[in-house]
Amino acid sequence: MTPTPETSGAARASLAVGLATAAYGISFGALATAAGLDVWQTCFLSLVMFTGGSQFALVGVIASGGVAAGPSAIASAALLGSRNVIYALRMSPVVGSGWMKRIAAAHLTIDESVAVSTAQSTPAAQRIGFWLTGLLVFVGWNLTTLVGALIGNLIGDVSAYGLDAAAAAAFLGLLWPRLKHLQAQAVAVVAAVAAALLTPVVAPGVPVIVAATVAVVFGLTDWLGPRTTRDTEGAPLA
Amino acid sequence: MTLWQILILASIACFALKLTGYVIPPALLTRPTPARVANLLTVALLAGLIAVQTLGQGQSLVLDARVPAILAAAGLYALKVPFIVVVAVAALVAAGIRLVT
Repeated sequence: MTPTPETSGAARASLAVGLATAAYGISFGALATAAGLDVWQTCFLSLVMFTGGSQFALVGVIASGGVAAGPSAIASAALLGSRNVIYALRMSPVVGSGWMKRIAAAHLTIDESVAVSTAQSTPAAQRIGFWLTGLLVFVGWNLTTLVGALIGNLIGDVSAYGLDAAAAAAFLGLLWPRLKHLQAQAVAVVAAVAAALLTPVVAPGVPVIVAATVAVVFGLTDWLGPRTTRDTEGAPLA
Repeated sequence: MTLWQILILASIACFALKLTGYVIPPALLTRPTPARVANLLTVALLAGLIAVQTLGQGQSLVLDARVPAILAAAGLYALKVPFIVVVAVAALVAAGIRLVT
């Protein structure tokens, strides 16, 4: 393929995002081993599950509820992975036909590859953005997961070193860029309060699942949706 | 259920979700409501996880060194400090408080 300004731009964006995301892998690896996973299990998640939010969620639920919270851990990971369905739909025309290609694309369908791809202006640049970002993040994420898991194994006892607080801070880092609209902020506050209040009442892992229903209620009714915000601010509707 | 079974089942579920988007007709889910619910699900789950991870101790709620740590993290994210630095600072704040108390 002949490089154009658009495709080189897509390649540069892929590289930048790939490097930045690799840093998250260290914290994932350390937190996973702190939650009780061994190095193999930690690396298995990054290789096979390969969707950061779900991996952090699974490990978070196991950390608080242990293996007994397995069903909640699986449900949390799957619910957090549900946005990948929407991403895959968006990438479907970019990826094109062919079963092997679509299966490979499915594995690489994550926040970062979709974000870089959709930011490109030409079809060729969108393709490069998706595949290159997906591959670079896959390699970087898996390498740094291993490093993080080895570090986590070395430093041992969790709470003495503050790794449990690091887990909360990592979740906050994943949440922060998604809080731009009033609706998302309201969902976050209500979900957090609901999860905290339910903690003493229901089994570990369940509060987080119940908190997810907050999203369903707000999403179906579009309560406090961006459209309402624009109306009250008097800006023109798109 | 063993830990391995949990990891494998959850990985299958996550891959199946990704593959679904390449199999079903695009018209089904590109409508605004399902897309909005999916986006808000991410927000709600992360917020719920933060609350449990910050305040939960088994099945009780406690206020300890994790609370100032997460507040420090929020302040640093607001200042656009990189993720890995914020996570490390949060761990250090919690560990520091535990050391002196």
